[in-house]
Amino acid sequence: MKCNRLVDTGRRQFLRGSLMATAGAAVSTVMTPAQAKAQALARVEYPANRLANLADLAVNEPMDITYPDADSPGVLIKLGQAVEGGIGPDGDVVAFSVLCPHKGWPMSYSAEDKTLNCPGHHSRFDCEAGGQQIWGHATQNLPQFLLRVDDAGDIYAEGVDELIYGRLSNVL
Amino acid sequence: MAYKRQVDRLPIIPADAQEFNVTCHYCIVGCGYTAYTWPMNRQGGTDPSQNKFGVDLAEQQTMETEAWYAPSMYNVVRQNGKDVHLVVKPDANCVVNSGLGSVRGARMAENRPSKVTGTQQQRLSDPLVWRNGVWQPTSWDDALDLVARVTARVVTDGSEDDLVVSVFDHGGSAGGYENTWATGKLYFDSMKVKNIRIHNRPAYNSEVHSSRDMGVDELNNSYSDYEVTDTIFVVGANPMECQTNLYLNHMVKGLQNGARFIMVDPRRTVSVHSAEQYAGAENVLHLPIKEGTDLALLNAIMTEIVDQRWTDAEFIAASTFQDGQAVAQDEAHPASLGSLDHTMQAIRLSLAEAETICGVPAADIAKAAEWIAKPKDDGARRKCTLAYEKGIIWGNDNYRVVGAMVNIALATGNVGREGTGVCRLGGHQEGYFRPADGHVGRPAEYVDQFLIRGLGGVHHIWACDHHKTTINASEFKRVHKRRADMVKDAIDAAAGGTREQLVEAIVSAISAGGLFVVDMDIIHSQIGQNAHVILPACEASEMNLTSMNGERRLRLSEKYMDPYGNSRPDCLIAAGIAQNMERVLREMGQDAYADQFKGYDWETEEDAFMDGYNTGNPEVTYERLRAAGNNGVQEPVTGYENGALVGTERLYTDGVFTRHGREDGKALFCASGWRGWQAPGKAREQAAHKYWINNVRANIFWQNQFLDQRNEFVQDRFPYPFIEMNPDDMVEEGLNPGDLVEIINDNGVTQGMIYPTATARRRQVAMVFGSPAGSQGNVINDGVNELVLPNYKHCWGDIRKVSDATREAARVTFKSKEVAL
Repeated sequence: MKCNRLVDTGRRQFLRGSLMATAGAAVSTVMTPAQAKAQALARVEYPANRLANLADLAVNEPMDITYPDADSPGVLIKLGQAVEGGIGPDGDVVAFSVLCPHKGWPMSYSAEDKTLNCPGHHSRFDCEAGGQQIWGHATQNLPQFLLRVDDAGDIYAEGVDELIYGRLSNVL
Repeated sequence: MAYKRQVDRLPIIPADAQEFNVTCHYCIVGCGYTAYTWPMNRQGGTDPSQNKFGVDLAEQQTMETEAWYAPSMYNVVRQNGKDVHLVVKPDANCVVNSGLGSVRGARMAENRPSKVTGTQQQRLSDPLVWRNGVWQPTSWDDALDLVARVTARVVTDGSEDDLVVSVFDHGGSAGGYENTWATGKLYFDSMKVKNIRIHNRPAYNSEVHSSRDMGVDELNNSYSDYEVTDTIFVVGANPMECQTNLYLNHMVKGLQNGARFIMVDPRRTVSVHSAEQYAGAENVLHLPIKEGTDLALLNAIMTEIVDQRWTDAEFIAASTFQDGQAVAQDEAHPASLGSLDHTMQAIRLSLAEAETICGVPAADIAKAAEWIAKPKDDGARRKCTLAYEKGIIWGNDNYRVVGAMVNIALATGNVGREGTGVCRLGGHQEGYFRPADGHVGRPAEYVDQFLIRGLGGVHHIWACDHHKTTINASEFKRVHKRRADMVKDAIDAAAGGTREQLVEAIVSAISAGGLFVVDMDIIHSQIGQNAHVILPACEASEMNLTSMNGERRLRLSEKYMDPYGNSRPDCLIAAGIAQNMERVLREMGQDAYADQFKGYDWETEEDAFMDGYNTGNPEVTYERLRAAGNNGVQEPVTGYENGALVGTERLYTDGVFTRHGREDGKALFCASGWRGWQAPGKAREQAAHKYWINNVRANIFWQNQFLDQRNEFVQDRFPYPFIEMNPDDMVEEGLNPGDLVEIINDNGVTQGMIYPTATARRRQVAMVFGSPAGSQGNVINDGVNELVLPNYKHCWGDIRKVSDATREAARVTFKSKEVAL
């Protein structure tokens, strides 16, 4: 069963997006030295967003989340078996974007073999192998959200390892 | 963890970026892409006014958006001597793919050579000559001089039959009209070379002789026909895997419009499963026949259609030959050709007989016949598209089985009309324009055997690697290396001598059985390890290239970057060889022969195009093709009107068939009687071994594995060539996923990685073809048909574990390739 818990990321990300847009608008025109300096970061800065608490997760039942902002849907899954990159006491909690990196169709989770599957053109990705594309048309593996869990069991997303479909900057 | 590029942001294409038409050069479908380039010190912005798309890129874009590109679609390349940003993304306005990228084409940018980002540093940048025990980088003048001196000596001491050539005949990639013309002019006009073979088969021949002899060109419909057909009948092809966007953008639309889908293949491919998702399982019929029995199945379907009177009598009367036998079976025709009645006498096969031979229920065979040909309740004929490819082209009894496919199309009137067609689905694009090749003969020389017998003295190889892609590859490699090493040793021994002494030493080694090898390629290939001279070529995007796709759609794929290092287009390499041959022959006092090598004063690939293709198609120029964009024009081009080239959407709309050259315009049926295993040694090998070793394609690197051997996204997915195997067979053999195994038979040995596949049938494994890390051709015998068409698809072997999965292999996903919705 899926549930849809939107996370409180929207407001902050909206502001960040606005700042980026302003900075971006300056790029192609003439930049002052100060503006150029403000642009000097080589990587985007990812927010640390609380997604859920470990206690909220049931084995092999994906929880709908969004990260880094409300417009980027994903899933948080407790796989039930430790995987490379999994977090939590059992090393089995992972999170992925659910937008297919081929054409951006929203994918569905198959609990039977723990894969994300695209109804558009039948690409599929393995949630137990870092989102590796099992078969399909995407030219990248599925963006995985970097997770951290604190002492209280709260799960935070803090980064993304591939470009998310539909945005040329993972943080807008 | 799976490979991730760790890219969190990409440069934005500015509104004023340069744009170029690009046709993906990897597979036959030829998807349209657009390349965008802009200077390094500039970038677009998120504001609609500041980017190419005119949209607000500070917002998440919706699915199917044009305003997104993946990191694989970006690179930094050299253009007119300067580094520039590059994005190559699918073109939403191209009717072929409508904005869909493929897992190959959407990595075109990433697979460009870049000294800045370090991609494809395996690309050859300079001519290399075997000298001082290594491949010494050198100049074009030096390398071409040696090629010409040795080649000229050998063909004048002996004859042109001593020059052996392996060369592409296709479009896209290394081919295209420019390069097929230049190589054709060199070997068929300046010379009359007959010991010549094509990149993927051991002779110079058509893969579809019978279709052409019957009057039917093998690419006769338009991709749009799949959208409006009633039945898609596929035999020995796997379009979801191998012609992905033909399937997704056209066949799927047909399925969604109510078409039924029939697949004849021993293996349940992803195409079958995917079609079931789109059409519903009740509208998909998979006939998993025993390997090599396609011909029996097709003859039974034909018999059923004729006996049920589902034939198109009007079409048969108007467009097919009526008077018995038209062409007798002989050395050049592995079956006779003639009328429908003549053919039925030879091919009649009952459903029950076919069930026994093919191992599928008679009722299913009858159902296939019904889906293809039974008129609808209102009496209207069903429209059927018939599609085939390597499963039968490289299968058992090539001539007859392709003929049997075309028989069904002719009997049911399914060619030349909307929603029909009987077509190969194709591998590469096409781009063949050469002088006449009649001197090669039919049957043509079996060139691999010619070399193995120790014949020939010089081997020119153009963009092909037989070490990965020929039959009987184990023996071929062994002999080729031994003969090439004789010449390498002679060169080493002649170190320090003059050019004349070097040539003498090489010629002496050739006389003793050696082989002088010249390899034209974009990378240092496996067969290139035997080369004495390696000449670096460039490919599409680094040169302008014209080709046509599987619906004969001709496009100019524009040059948008410089050739890597000192590499050149193949057509200009051919010109360089010809010019050096002329010079050397004149020095040798062979003026008349030297004169045959005139006419190559080309500066650019466009000059080669005008010298060749344009002479046969005077309406077609680069300028007009550029204007035609990614939709191009479908061949044949019939004119130029209102500022646009006029093409041909579909062949044979007038019911007149011409491919065989018959003046009556009547198509011929093929008396394609079933005769069991046609090629020698197959039956014996089948009886002797436990597993049928099918060879198959994988869309992730189909047609570009030579580049992808240096692409991390691909290598991460398949670090070794996969061998799909039924889990019960794995238990029996004591194998786990990812284990490395050897496949062994009397022909040789190859190696791969076990991929558990629940849908694989017991005792049948499917190994990916053409892998640099394990050549399936090693274990295929030398069996060919009467016209030297190789039977790649049928070999049997035993399987032995080599090792447990390596650490890299163990972390790869081994889940089913079938989508779970």
